[in-house]
Amino acid sequence: MYAQLVDTGVQRVAALEELPPEERAFQERIDADVKIEPKDPMPEAYRRTLIRQISQHAHSEIVGMLPEGNWITRAPTLKRKAILIAKVQDEAGHGLYLYSAAETLGVSRDTMIDDLHTGKVKYSSIFNYPTLTWADVGAIGWLVDGAAIMNQIPICRCSYGPYARAMVRICKEESFHQRQGFDLMLALCRGTPEQKRMAQDALNRWWWPAVMMFGPPDAESVHSAQSMRWKIKLVSNDDLRQKFIDQTVPQAEYLGLTIPDPQLRWNEERGHYDIGPIDWDEFYNVIKGNGPCNRERLQARKTAWEEGAWVREAAAAHAEKQAARCAKAAA
Amino acid sequence: MKEWPLWEVFIRSQHGLAHKHVGSLHAADAEMAIKNARDLYTRRNEGVSIWVVKSADIAASSPGDKEALFDPANNKVYRHPTFYAVPEEVKHL
Repeated sequence: MYAQLVDTGVQRVAALEELPPEERAFQERIDADVKIEPKDPMPEAYRRTLIRQISQHAHSEIVGMLPEGNWITRAPTLKRKAILIAKVQDEAGHGLYLYSAAETLGVSRDTMIDDLHTGKVKYSSIFNYPTLTWADVGAIGWLVDGAAIMNQIPICRCSYGPYARAMVRICKEESFHQRQGFDLMLALCRGTPEQKRMAQDALNRWWWPAVMMFGPPDAESVHSAQSMRWKIKLVSNDDLRQKFIDQTVPQAEYLGLTIPDPQLRWNEERGHYDIGPIDWDEFYNVIKGNGPCNRERLQARKTAWEEGAWVREAAAAHAEKQAARCAKAAA
Repeated sequence: MKEWPLWEVFIRSQHGLAHKHVGSLHAADAEMAIKNARDLYTRRNEGVSIWVVKSADIAASSPGDKEALFDPANNKVYRHPTFYAVPEEVKHL
């Protein structure tokens, strides 16, 4: 998802009786659905895993502004342009709520940003794909934000208070993102044959990356099991993916578009859609840095950070001077 | 360079309600903190007033003091109106 393959640092999930007394007391609080707050005692592995997960989530929001920002100057109407600007601004906001949530765990903002720029911490695989046409803006809102909502709603109930609260704010805003995307696709599908072809082409390119976004099957993953035990992950990747597919296929039918999966079938017995095989080699390749846009995305972030340095320095110097003046006037 | 300080943001949602903590942000000074809070926390008419305070200036109780601070209130049920049985015939009480 927005946080993929989060390492918990554990080799296996220990039974409650095996845990040292402090960790056992902590686990019992989690089991009793007590929220953990910044100053509460917590195991170091829980703290570190949360920093990884929340910062990865924050970086995804920030890098996620790039593919859509690409189309702001070329939006076809003023209405669409205003909507897109508002959406991209929301993504910036989501990144900032999440950085603040991570900072409550004792990591500085600059450290997190540095970890993104050096490649130590990743962002979601989905943002390494290009936005080639205007229809891609619709496909991202409809599919990528749709997938994000699916993942983020359970996190509103996660065990760490600041993360859960940030997620509540984000989910409230996210549903506008998905609807504007669907609305954009609908306008194209009701338009000229050429516009409809553009919508189909966008779906063809974004479908599989969106399906992969949930991450590989994690039923066997020790990290997922540990994260679920800590209640910082609440639903398995495959369950979320299935839910996303089940809800999206009828929407595609309404648009009159074809999902690019010849093996997609409704399975009466399971009450779910069956899908064809997912190309996990592609997923791992993108995660490793070899997707179509990895280098460009990271370079854009680094350039923005470096070129903004003089602004950060000037504002800090101004604030210092003003404070000194106030102190002098008061003396 | 040193990071801009962290500020805690409080928003009053409507006239008559108290300011409520909504989150935090970084800013060089108070003026910038209010401007950033406007952009970050009131994009959908969430507020009519903003307070910002440097996070470093907040003194907070610690989780270890929880019992000492809050337990004494636990056994004073007579502080709640429901502690008192009111005869059914008596009205407006």
